[in-house]
Amino acid sequence: MTDSQLPGPLAPGRPETLVAEPAPPGRGDDGQQRSRWDTALRDILGGSAMISVLAVLVALVVGAVLIAFTDERVQETAGYFFSRPSDMLSAVWDSVSGAYSALFQGSVYNFRRPGFANGIRPLMETLTFATPLIAAGLGVALAFRVGLFNIGARGQMLIAAACAGWVGFGLQLPPVIHLLVAVGAGILGGALWGGIVGLLKARTGAHEVIVTIMLNYVAFYLISYLLRTPGALQAPGSNNPKTPAMADTAVFPLLFGPQYSVHAGFLFVVVATVFIWYLLNRSSLGFRFRAVGENPSAARVAGIDVKNSYLYAMLLSGGLAGLAGASQVLGTVTTGFSAGIDAGIGFDAITVALLGRSKPWGVFAAGILFGAFKAGGFSMQAAEGVPIDIVVVVQSLIVLFIAAPPLVRAMFRLPTPGTGRTRARIGAGKAEVAK
Amino acid sequence: MKLELRGITKRFGALVANDHIDLVVEPGEIHCLLGENGAGKSTLMNVLYGLYHAEEGEILLDDVVQHFAGPGDAMAAGIGMVHQHFMLIPVFTVAENVMLGHEETRFGGRLDLAGARAKVREISARFGFDVDPDALVDDLPVGVQQRVEIIKALSRDAKVLVFDEPTAVLTPQETDELMAIMRQLKAGGTSIVFITHKLREVREVADRITVIRHGKVVGEAQPTATNAELASLMVGRAVELTVQKSPAQPGDRALVVENLSVLDANGHRVVDSVSLDVRAGEILAIAGVQGNGQTELTEAILGLQPHVTGTITLDGRSLRGASVRDVLDSGVGFVPEDRNEDGLVGAFTIAENLMLDRSEGAPFVRGGTLQLGAVQRFAEEKSAEFDVRSQGVGTPVGRLSGGNQQKVVLARELSRELRLFVAAQPTRGIDVGSIEFVHKRIVATRDEGIPVIVVSTELDEVVALADRIAVMYRGGIVGIVPGSTSRDVLGLMMAGEAPTDHAATAAEGVAR
Repeated sequence: MTDSQLPGPLAPGRPETLVAEPAPPGRGDDGQQRSRWDTALRDILGGSAMISVLAVLVALVVGAVLIAFTDERVQETAGYFFSRPSDMLSAVWDSVSGAYSALFQGSVYNFRRPGFANGIRPLMETLTFATPLIAAGLGVALAFRVGLFNIGARGQMLIAAACAGWVGFGLQLPPVIHLLVAVGAGILGGALWGGIVGLLKARTGAHEVIVTIMLNYVAFYLISYLLRTPGALQAPGSNNPKTPAMADTAVFPLLFGPQYSVHAGFLFVVVATVFIWYLLNRSSLGFRFRAVGENPSAARVAGIDVKNSYLYAMLLSGGLAGLAGASQVLGTVTTGFSAGIDAGIGFDAITVALLGRSKPWGVFAAGILFGAFKAGGFSMQAAEGVPIDIVVVVQSLIVLFIAAPPLVRAMFRLPTPGTGRTRARIGAGKAEVAK
Repeated sequence: MKLELRGITKRFGALVANDHIDLVVEPGEIHCLLGENGAGKSTLMNVLYGLYHAEEGEILLDDVVQHFAGPGDAMAAGIGMVHQHFMLIPVFTVAENVMLGHEETRFGGRLDLAGARAKVREISARFGFDVDPDALVDDLPVGVQQRVEIIKALSRDAKVLVFDEPTAVLTPQETDELMAIMRQLKAGGTSIVFITHKLREVREVADRITVIRHGKVVGEAQPTATNAELASLMVGRAVELTVQKSPAQPGDRALVVENLSVLDANGHRVVDSVSLDVRAGEILAIAGVQGNGQTELTEAILGLQPHVTGTITLDGRSLRGASVRDVLDSGVGFVPEDRNEDGLVGAFTIAENLMLDRSEGAPFVRGGTLQLGAVQRFAEEKSAEFDVRSQGVGTPVGRLSGGNQQKVVLARELSRELRLFVAAQPTRGIDVGSIEFVHKRIVATRDEGIPVIVVSTELDEVVALADRIAVMYRGGIVGIVPGSTSRDVLGLMMAGEAPTDHAATAAEGVAR
């Protein structure tokens, strides 16, 4: 009965007694024209924030098991576990606590460094990593809320990076204006690349998942081509597929001085989060977006232009991914970029959006968590020799657990939400008229 | 075979769908299970059929306790079910459908179609069904498809047959035929459980009646009980079954539809040259069996259908080809027939649903920003006015009962300045109490001088509300007759037979 888990992101369902009779299985589904994607999307978004937190927790526990398994000392002591079990247990404790404390010290606060100013550096590093993740995550989340799977954040970021980068190294403009124009170009580029998807979806009914995935390839090879073409993006006098460095006027200023990497792009992201929160929760456009995302046919009957909603949503979604791309080339990697500039952020953004339940501040928090994983992962590898892949596994597990709320609920014996929602479906299945 | 259910309790989480239900069906008896939507009838039958497992209680057949792990076991034990939505494969023939799930094969794994055909013929002959075993199910009328379902159940030697709301999709004539079939089956010794909420059918065919309310058996009744008695048992209080309304005061022709045709996505003509008009202050009911073009007709008026020819004018302004937004803005209120799919956003709150079609401009939006205070005030006011029972206007509508959901739709559509009100299946799947309320509001809307179209497949509703009745059959209008037309005539018209000249002229007289 997947229907019982349908509550949308607005209202995580709880057991409710206003209803009388749950739909018989298979009954309510008959009249439903919802696609599998749609159901999956609703399932994933339907859980509560609690599920998100627990998913992270469980994923960290599984990560701990993996860390212990791959630790050499643990493997060694396991050989004589029955003669001296304490050896192995302490080895397990050492490896896991060492790894996670390295993760923490690499991402939040390093106690080994002298003084607060030095100790807090990892947190600043985390914010730097989080900046593009939040921006792109907001883009994906916005699309989710309108009922669209935007798998194309990567392509949108690449195009945005190219646009912002070209303005950044190719134009000569006064300081602040140059930066704003470059960021604007990036957002515009991403928006156009996303807009193509929205347009195709609205006018021809093409499925956005397929279109976005294909446009990722198109963007990647287009950028690769431009990077190898002198006079386009390639740095003059170089044979490498890499752009020149950004002009100083176009680079995001560092927020807290040269010792911290966090740059003004983070401010843009905070503003974007506030804006998306307003858009979704307080604006009439966002109201229509949510209506279309929750029930497009009811939205259509209520006079809402569903097709235009898809188009606008993809423009905005692409624009946000574009902000991520711009922040990469103008803030994080200012010495010129290659085709790998997206650094997997376009896909991590999907995870971030899922973990954040597609709510703006949820995405913000999830973005910072993933930023912390990225920042801490490197120091974990450096300090404890724990492969950074563990972090990727933990991230993947988080998504896995979020995508399977019943699993997490079973583990923690949480009540099943949404039993009350089935009543809504019963009418769809039962074509009957009471006397 | 004697069927006995003892103390069946089925819970869904905190919800008790069936609470210690006892039921005895004697051999050769038609036992009616009467109850409102959501009373727990279907849940009980799904327990019986092995689709659900009851937490408590037992099922006995001829005093032997049964344990059904699934429908297969139930079928093997002699329980057959005729579902409301037929479980037939449209592209298979009758014989193929009947053998489906129990395919007999001959040497080399070839299907024994001849055997299945013979079986269909034999059962058809026994009950005078007249079903061709080689006909494609898709080509058969709904009434015959139902017979195929019955044949299918009987072919597995069902001794207990469960009919789950079998008449919802039938014309009155087909319903009568079904009743005859049920009596015949009963005479042959089959026990029948007949689930319905239609009082008239119950009284006509039942030997005994068990009434279920809120998952509990609230009483037994004799078929001699009056409609009012049965209804009050079902609802738990006295209900008014007739709609009080004064004679219509028709004004000018408001909505004029001429030669309207609608093509569906496959190019089929689903509405065929329909012409009708509705005057201010009258209710035109569009009657007909489900799927005869009524849905598409209303959708065409609202601008939801892409391929429409002909003219639709409201107060002299053409609506054809206008966007839904424009149609709504020109004063059309619309209650869609499937409120969950087309009328409401389940995850949205009551307040949000009440502003769903007014998300642009005053009073709920200013400068692109939602005026939450105005939305909240409006929602509280309308909830009170339309008696929407909830835990507050912040409750998601998906958690409301069908009746309360429909009240939300009505409240939204009736609180705009209307020039036309179209209600499609306004009381489908809602409780008796809410039906009273919905009918009263529809009549009140008419009395305000607004032209009203009510689409209903339910003859009772049509007769109760209509000032004039247009009957649709296969996309066309069979005739437009006065509201006082007898059920027999309407029933024949719903089967496609044109009304007699007398009735037609009477209708013309009203229209002029």
